[in-house]
Amino acid sequence: MEGTAVLGRLSWQVAEVIDVVEETPRVKTIRFEIPSWAGHRAGQHVDVRLTAEDGYQAQRSYSIASPPDGTRVELTVERLEDGEVSPYLTDELRPGDQIELRGPVGGYFVWEPPQGGPLLLVAGGSGVAPLMAMIRLRAAVGSDADTRLLFSSRSWEDVIYRDELERLEGGGLRVVHTLTRSPPADWTGYARRVDAEILAEVGPGPTERPRVYVCGPTLFVEAVAQALVQLGHEPHMVKTERFGPTGG
Amino acid sequence: MDALMLDGNAVAGLLQEVFAVEMTTAIETCNACGVTNEVGALHVFRGAGIVMRCPHCDNALVTIAEGGARMWIGFAGVRTLQVTV
Repeated sequence: MEGTAVLGRLSWQVAEVIDVVEETPRVKTIRFEIPSWAGHRAGQHVDVRLTAEDGYQAQRSYSIASPPDGTRVELTVERLEDGEVSPYLTDELRPGDQIELRGPVGGYFVWEPPQGGPLLLVAGGSGVAPLMAMIRLRAAVGSDADTRLLFSSRSWEDVIYRDELERLEGGGLRVVHTLTRSPPADWTGYARRVDAEILAEVGPGPTERPRVYVCGPTLFVEAVAQALVQLGHEPHMVKTERFGPTGG
Repeated sequence: MDALMLDGNAVAGLLQEVFAVEMTTAIETCNACGVTNEVGALHVFRGAGIVMRCPHCDNALVTIAEGGARMWIGFAGVRTLQVTV
């Protein structure tokens, strides 16, 4: 059993916006300073709560994209046109603003460096956020664990963390992109939804018993998880985080 | 396939609020099929309330209804729940 009990009820904490960074036209990363933050593990998330003047509250979960770093926490948020919470986070927040959040939450979808590799990380769109926390932590501790990131995006412009992933590649980390809607004219990589064939080519195969983490929209995760089991990966080695109907 | 389906992870905050302990790594045994799973691996559906289902046999394990300052939690489909303390 990998989980460690985290005793204590969760309480809402005040987080102050330090910086807002545009990752892609539809995605921003918001850096927070949370004075009461007790630290987190790669893969955990927070619940964000917004309260309107009339008392109406809306709550959403967002994965933490940054590795453990004192009282700093980064969330990478995709703007959903009809969203209740995400447009506020991506469009309205400015440095100095404060919001309420609680966390870190979850212990299931977590990777710790001593667990090592091989790792197969499969991301659909902004589902890359918790996997990025793992990749950044892996780099921060100097791990050379065999790690493959298979990253599905709509187009090259929609690839979140594109430059940073390019910089981090090597030393055991391999990044493979697939572009599902409008790949560039000279694109030679994958240009379709993730399927069993792509997963088999990217590896590691089931005989190497990789820890597999899949995060993205529900239908993406469902398709990937089924293909993985079809390839022979044991279901308990495949951890999933589905975030609902939004298209990747 | 239900595009609205989530994982046990999605209710991690809510469960920790109630139980005061990280619950996604707790292990439940389904009383219909006997299969064990970490709570984080369960299938979660949100409607008027929340239903957590067994990923193996689809049995409704846990139901949660929230109303104001109270919460009603049913464990009709769970045989045992193993929690690290």
